[in-house]
Amino acid sequence: MAADLIFFALFLAGLTLMGMALGPYMARVFTGRVRWLAPVEAALYRAAGVTGQGQRWTGYAAAVLAFNAAGFLLLYLILRLQGFLPFNPQGFGAMGEAQAFNTAVSFMTNTNWQSYGGETTVSHFSQMAGLTVQNFVSAATGIAVAVAVVRGLAARSVADLGNFWVDLTRATLYLLLPGAILITLVLVWQGMPQTLAAGVTATTLEGAQQVIAQGPVASQAAIKMLGTNGGGFFNANASHPYENATALTNLVQIYAILVIPAAFPFFFGRMVGDRRQGWAIFAAMSVMFVGVLLAAYFTEGSGNPLHAGLTEPGVSMEGKETRFGLAQTVLFVVATTVASCGAVNAMHDSLMALGGMIPLFNMLLGEIIYGGVGAGFYGMVLYVVLTVFIAGLMVGRTPEWLGKKIEAREMKLAALTLLVMPLGVLVLSALSILTGNAQTAVQDAGPHGLTELIYAYTSGTANNGSAFAGFGANTTWHNTMIGLAMLIGRWGYIVPVLAIAGGLAAKPRAPATAGTFPTHGAAFTLLLVATILIVGALTFLPVLALGPIAEHVSIAAGQAF
Amino acid sequence: MIPQLRPALVMAGAFTALLGLAYPLAMTGIAQVAMPRQADGSLVSREGTVVGSALIGQSFTRPEYLHPRPSATDPAYNAGASTGSNLGPSSATLLAQVRERADAFGSAPVPSEMATASGSGLDPHITLDAALRQVDRIAAARGIPAAAVKDAILKAATGPAFGFVGEPVVNVLGANLALDALKG
Repeated sequence: MAADLIFFALFLAGLTLMGMALGPYMARVFTGRVRWLAPVEAALYRAAGVTGQGQRWTGYAAAVLAFNAAGFLLLYLILRLQGFLPFNPQGFGAMGEAQAFNTAVSFMTNTNWQSYGGETTVSHFSQMAGLTVQNFVSAATGIAVAVAVVRGLAARSVADLGNFWVDLTRATLYLLLPGAILITLVLVWQGMPQTLAAGVTATTLEGAQQVIAQGPVASQAAIKMLGTNGGGFFNANASHPYENATALTNLVQIYAILVIPAAFPFFFGRMVGDRRQGWAIFAAMSVMFVGVLLAAYFTEGSGNPLHAGLTEPGVSMEGKETRFGLAQTVLFVVATTVASCGAVNAMHDSLMALGGMIPLFNMLLGEIIYGGVGAGFYGMVLYVVLTVFIAGLMVGRTPEWLGKKIEAREMKLAALTLLVMPLGVLVLSALSILTGNAQTAVQDAGPHGLTELIYAYTSGTANNGSAFAGFGANTTWHNTMIGLAMLIGRWGYIVPVLAIAGGLAAKPRAPATAGTFPTHGAAFTLLLVATILIVGALTFLPVLALGPIAEHVSIAAGQAF
Repeated sequence: MIPQLRPALVMAGAFTALLGLAYPLAMTGIAQVAMPRQADGSLVSREGTVVGSALIGQSFTRPEYLHPRPSATDPAYNAGASTGSNLGPSSATLLAQVRERADAFGSAPVPSEMATASGSGLDPHITLDAALRQVDRIAAARGIPAAAVKDAILKAATGPAFGFVGEPVVNVLGANLALDALKG
């Protein structure tokens, strides 16, 4: 156990250093000081008719929506037409309409919920030209929106937030693509296949034929992690030995998930010219990360009491891989759900009742503990606005953040975003139950069945994409409703947060006075954590009590279902 | 939104060419040239025949072979359709399976991984402890000393990652190849 805890501490130290290094680089990228691909940029802007002129928040949001629409359409067509397209060695036919809708929304919104099994459904062309492309650009979209929000916070009395097309291109060319190339090479070196062949047939030592599916796995897995996408090449995702061969690939992939989200607070600190502001947010994220990591480690490590006497004491290996064991599994489970990644290196459905509640909890908070690329930071901005407002009420002053007054418009928009998770999770789950669609899709009886349903709609709304995969999501109802949940969960944050940023950008920056509540330091960090836990978690306590907590006490009482 | 249509379509097309074709094909080319063994899936051959992949588990049921974990794929160790069982911790089905597998493996309590299905259904490893508990059966079936079996298993064992994370594990296919090699 001591070795595991030391490993976690070293991991966090490494993540902090990477974030501190990457944040300033991102500041150079998004202020246009990294220019070695300037000719490529210029050619692209010319072809697209982009001047690079700054956009108001409305223009920025319209550009995001237009790009989403184009990406959705293109991916939907590729999935429907893959039977006629090249690089299809297995000869897969078209994906069905509802599933193609779900999948196209899923990859466009950076969710990567998969109601299909990769190696049995999707051609190499669809994996590369369809899914991998959205892995990049949905991540770049999230980054661009967060960059625009930071610009709004840093600006003084200006009308624009930057240009979406420029931010999108720079995020792709200077951040995601170089990172993905580097990670691909490390992953191949450790054993991840990168081939255009469909697979090979082996004759096993006992004389059976074993068909081993392969493909261009590494290039997709690299960006799947770096872009916090999570959509696997194979059905079993990062638990598949080809998609996560060794403890080293496991660690590289976990860092790839969290490095850009962890860099955002430092980027923010640079951009607003006060690094303490970034540290306060990074500290809040890290405090919560340590909390959920330890909670998952100890709840999962205690094993399954129902199997006592049958298996040796300690962690239950159902759904887990031997090469990862407890510590590497739990670290991955937590990393993939605090961020909006959703790749899995163990089947979350088979985690212990409370061990499986932790990833659910991480997502229900809105994925702001580091969070998705960009999405985590702009989600956090909304919580900071709330916290500043509450602090303002407590000291009896007009709430301010970075010298900008937080007023009725900002509060209304921030409060609006608080409705996104309950709407996507509770309302759509309830509709599924009322229409009978939930009951036919769940695999497990008892409270675990409810958790499977809640997890599916939480994963969709939070744009995570991991699953309690016993849940049979590939029906017209769930493909459509989870598709809807993903759209609500993406645009329900992006549009309001851009509106807030646009409003704040236009405000002057008032100098701090003795009455200003400082938004750095330990007091603010603690207040921020408390706000997140109270506002984010309380809404869902009843449903958690009916699902994982009820299951936990049933197991403790010796009850199986 | 109308003025954004041209950039949206051009950018979507350009990024598809760059990220969807140029990037994966360039990576495939580099990987195939620089690291062909890994890029082709770490295949293992014996006497010119591909017998499997070092990374992918395969089914062993005969007593003279080291047995892998239970697998939830259909059939077991189907490397064309990976999956876990996804059964929850309170599942009565899972409890019955664990009981049956524990009985089949030997005297309970057994190492957890020998009574449970892996996440992928293709787990190539078991723990060293679980491997050593199979030594006597393999030795009896092959009619060779237990020490020779143990040596073959240890050849396929690797230590904890980075020296201190996780368990020592045994690659089941590697151990069985070493066992077969003892004959010659």
